[in-house]
Amino acid sequence: MIVASNITKRFGKLTALNNVSFNASLGSCFGLIGPNGSGKSTLFKSILGFVLPDSGSIQFNGTYIGSDFHYREQLGYMPQISRYPDNMTIGQVFDMIKGIRQGNYSLDEELIDTYQLKKLFKKRMHTLSGGTRQKVGACIAFLFSPKILILDEPTAGLDPISSEIIKQKIIKEVANNKLIIISSHILSEMDNMISDLIYMQEGSVHFQKSVLNIKNETGEEKLSKSISIIMKSQQHD
Amino acid sequence: MIRVFKYILTDILRNRIMIFYTMLLLIITFSVFNLEDTSSKGMITMLSLILLIIPLVSIIFSTIYIYNSTEFIELILSQPINRKSIWLSLYFGLSISLGISFLIGSGLIIILFSPDAKGIMLLSIGVSLSFIFSSIAMLVSVLTRDKAKGMGIAILLWLYFSVIFDGVLLFASFQFSDYPIEKGMVLLSMLNPIDLSRVLMLMQYDISALMGYSGAIFKNYFGTDWGMVLSVTSIFLWVILPLYSSVRLFSKKDL
Repeated sequence: MIVASNITKRFGKLTALNNVSFNASLGSCFGLIGPNGSGKSTLFKSILGFVLPDSGSIQFNGTYIGSDFHYREQLGYMPQISRYPDNMTIGQVFDMIKGIRQGNYSLDEELIDTYQLKKLFKKRMHTLSGGTRQKVGACIAFLFSPKILILDEPTAGLDPISSEIIKQKIIKEVANNKLIIISSHILSEMDNMISDLIYMQEGSVHFQKSVLNIKNETGEEKLSKSISIIMKSQQHD
Repeated sequence: MIRVFKYILTDILRNRIMIFYTMLLLIITFSVFNLEDTSSKGMITMLSLILLIIPLVSIIFSTIYIYNSTEFIELILSQPINRKSIWLSLYFGLSISLGISFLIGSGLIIILFSPDAKGIMLLSIGVSLSFIFSSIAMLVSVLTRDKAKGMGIAILLWLYFSVIFDGVLLFASFQFSDYPIEKGMVLLSMLNPIDLSRVLMLMQYDISALMGYSGAIFKNYFGTDWGMVLSVTSIFLWVILPLYSSVRLFSKKDL
């Protein structure tokens, strides 16, 4: 579904992405992990078309991402920080986004219902807490039941109950044969959720492996432990 | 695009700073016309105030608004929409709401006290300055990612257009007073939308003699229909050129 080959992106002297390649297909959930500044966000932004790579290409469902924006019809995105114009109400934001996406979409309002956002539809954005804005971001990402979802630290800023809701939603959508890519720093949270793992470091993909493989190789049940074992063994090499 | 524009417009019109700006203009305009004994004196005072306040508020408010909308722009761009539409929606949202604020705050009272060509000229100057300086703000905010730097550039540009440019022009005219520089001065004033507006307004009065020797040249130049067309064209260019370059830059920008 998404095939990235040899993407390189430089910001001045800094190489944010260095020859990054990976491929991801429907029905899986990818965890994108790596230290701060390892290029996770830049990779997301390249897929979303916010950042134009210097070289390399990204294929989306068989077509190359260029200046054409129509591929984003199949894409849902939840940013790390959700901010909206202060004086817009939640209802207006949804209304506006629906207005941009004309056409036949089966609207998925499950998250709006579970988060009970409809009660807050008349509230203005600047009166909302960070967590509530984050929920709005999550609802917008899932709203048009896109085939591919990109979630940048979806659980950051959410309370445990709300983040459990979004985790269940992710698991459910992956079972519905969608592709979900998540970036996060909290490995324990990704247990049970992700099927594949991409580890990035200093702008390049360190490894891409399925979670099953990782657990078999290390003989550990917990994802966080297995990762730390891999990291240690690679440091010794 | 229309829907995005509509919501951005209502968002800005509800903004506290915009409401404050409208009230401020209302109070200023009302007191100016009540303090001056004739309405034409009031018009001249209003002109100087408009030439100072509108560029300042337009450029700074627009720059802040664009920088604060970074995450929102990203959210909209993750939808299937091209970059030009969102950028133009932002621009027209900003410029039209600044124009509306001016028309409500000052426009009504100006038309009440001076319901003639002069009043209409002052209104058009106010509205076009709002459009010009929000267009410049779009260019500034696309040029640099750093908000503090962008604000600095915006303030400097305002200072340049309203103070420094005049100073340089005055200095040059003293230095080269022995040479025939009048035509050059006319052309130079086109490089500054504030100067251009001032000249356009003063042409409505028969007081170009007060503007000295070069004022007479201005009258000679701008008073004719051809001069009018030329100056209106350059006002339009001041709106279009910064906006066009900002659209070009934004389409290729890394967010």
